[in-house]
Amino acid sequence: MERRDFLRRSLFVAGAALVGDLAPPVRAHPDPSTATSKVVIARDRMAQALDTAMQSFFDRDDPIEAWRQVVRPGEVVGLKVNCLAGKGLSTTPELVDVISERLQQAGVGKDHIVIWDRQNSDLEDAGFGIITSGSGVRAFGNDAIGFEPHLQTFGSAGSLLCRTLTRVCDAVINLPVLKDHGITGVSLALKNLFGAIHNPNKYHLNAGDPYVADVYAFPEIRRKVRLTICDATVAQYEGGPAFMPRWVWPFGGVIVGTDPVAIDHVGWGLIEAKRTEVGMTSLTEMGREPRYIATAADATHELGTNDTGRIEIVEI
Amino acid sequence: METIDRAPADHAPIDRGPADQPLNRRAFLKGAALLGVAAACPCAVISSRAASAATIPGEDDRFVTEAAFYEKLDNLKIRCVLCPKECVIDNRERGYCGVRENRDGTYYTLVHSRPCTHHTDPIEKKPLFHVLPGTRAFSISTAGCNVNCKFCQNWQISQVRPEQVRSIHMPPAKVASMAKQAGAASIAYTYGEPVVFYEYMRDAIDAGHAEGIKSVVITGGYIQQKPLIELCAHADAIKVDLKAFSESYYADVVSGELKPVLDALVTMRKHGTWTEIVYLVVPTLNDSDDELTGLCRWIRSELGVDVPVHFTRFHPDYLLKHLPPTPVRTLDRAKAIADAEGLQYVYVGNVPGHSSENTRCPGCGQVVIARSGFFVRSNRLRDGRCSECDHEIPGVWSH
Repeated sequence: MERRDFLRRSLFVAGAALVGDLAPPVRAHPDPSTATSKVVIARDRMAQALDTAMQSFFDRDDPIEAWRQVVRPGEVVGLKVNCLAGKGLSTTPELVDVISERLQQAGVGKDHIVIWDRQNSDLEDAGFGIITSGSGVRAFGNDAIGFEPHLQTFGSAGSLLCRTLTRVCDAVINLPVLKDHGITGVSLALKNLFGAIHNPNKYHLNAGDPYVADVYAFPEIRRKVRLTICDATVAQYEGGPAFMPRWVWPFGGVIVGTDPVAIDHVGWGLIEAKRTEVGMTSLTEMGREPRYIATAADATHELGTNDTGRIEIVEI
Repeated sequence: METIDRAPADHAPIDRGPADQPLNRRAFLKGAALLGVAAACPCAVISSRAASAATIPGEDDRFVTEAAFYEKLDNLKIRCVLCPKECVIDNRERGYCGVRENRDGTYYTLVHSRPCTHHTDPIEKKPLFHVLPGTRAFSISTAGCNVNCKFCQNWQISQVRPEQVRSIHMPPAKVASMAKQAGAASIAYTYGEPVVFYEYMRDAIDAGHAEGIKSVVITGGYIQQKPLIELCAHADAIKVDLKAFSESYYADVVSGELKPVLDALVTMRKHGTWTEIVYLVVPTLNDSDDELTGLCRWIRSELGVDVPVHFTRFHPDYLLKHLPPTPVRTLDRAKAIADAEGLQYVYVGNVPGHSSENTRCPGCGQVVIARSGFFVRSNRLRDGRCSECDHEIPGVWSH
């Protein structure tokens, strides 16, 4: 056993010992052939919405207990935000602050939490300060830490993974926003992991199908992403991925689940409903139906389900 | 084996940030994960040959120049009209190439004067066999590409963004002066895809001409007609990597289209720009008799029999590692098909010592230029004519 492995294992054992007989972390992706996927939509003030959604999703009376189903003390937890659109349509610092607080309450050290996205400048534009050292929560972009040298491949995708994902994080909480995308239809849970690869610009062809699903199917991604919390404080139904104030609406909540396909399917439905409400043609009619969602559910990818009959939507 | 126009081994690697730091979870926990943040703006030089040039951080206004070919759309979007992909790009986003960015409705190239590799090669390595044989070409590339060939041997620079590789600041005048210093007869825009650094290439061509140095463009030919016609007016020669003769191959293996490349070849010939073609023969994917025959017939009818065609050997790389290297007999078969269709200058590449590395005079059959690998063993041309029978051999033969 290499010294590094020994240390990793030691850290893990030490962490587990602190909290006694800990339940295993939640499965990132339910068995697509049998499971029903739960998606919780909670609308309230940020902290309240998050707590309510987590309690509902994990069927716990206490939000901290719910978080303990996701992470273990000693683990390094990455918060993959989506900051491309800058202030107005990015994962909000308010949500990230609450999550960070809950993680710490669940036993994750603040120095074990890292907020990350593609570039430092994206994070800064969305209101996150770059913090690369010290004993607190850290935040930095892929440009600060770089990529692995070896290609990951799945289906049509071949990419280098950012080292935040591969070397720093044990677990990732996926924090997309609820928004339209001018090429891929929507940008939600699945597509947010484009922020973990070096070449997202290569994978918008054919409305992102099958690339969005292929990238999420990289073993390191599907293994480490434990939970998706979609920040729907505001949502945008047209003009994305850039922030277009005229097309946003105050959704005022979060969407929580462990099945990224189910979350994308539900989120797509919410955007389509809003488009219908304001008299816009559907994404399908516009030629940008997010077909990659169905691809992600297929037998090759098995990332979750887009079968409405097997998605349990809980609205709070 | 060194293959045709592979970037030099010491080209700038993908910038893995603090690559030499023992970055892992333990380092992160110790607060050391970002020890190398400064190294993400690498301090190491690009190569020993660039020892005097500091390397550049990712963001640097020196490289940012407004793009030459795009249209402004509503809602701060733009449409790039440099290549046939015609990316429609939202504010703060980049095109498929990864080196052009929409900033508040204005489109910029991020790679002007920003090569990530440079090297002085024999021009035969490009390969250009009918351009100043036996001379050297000062070769440069930036990051980025407008296609994504699954066999790309230079993917570590072509399939990355400029901030992901180490680069140096080399303005056009510096390109020309370094080429001159290297004793090069030409500047080659190569390794990656020069279409994506069009503005830089155009300015460097002019700078080179001012110093009496020619410019050759090594490209996939996936470019729109308007920028191509402008390029033809500047460049001294263009070598086109024609990847296959089927749209399905271009869709599946290249992420591009065949027709615009064929159109580009016709335009190059029409404008009198010296043109050579490389066809990388990939086992089972683009090596059928039918496809090769179709290719050669199209060349004969649309471009002419005197366009040099190089059938080159594939080696497994990047995303096509499951296929074997092209058997030499397949290359010989491709050459035989081209010969039978009447093409006059048909070469076999990436097979050092192959007899079809030589240029034979179509008039008398004698070898007029003998080569071994990238090196010219003898040149019996006299003022562009066969010294035996005085047959004119087309090409760019004089400085």
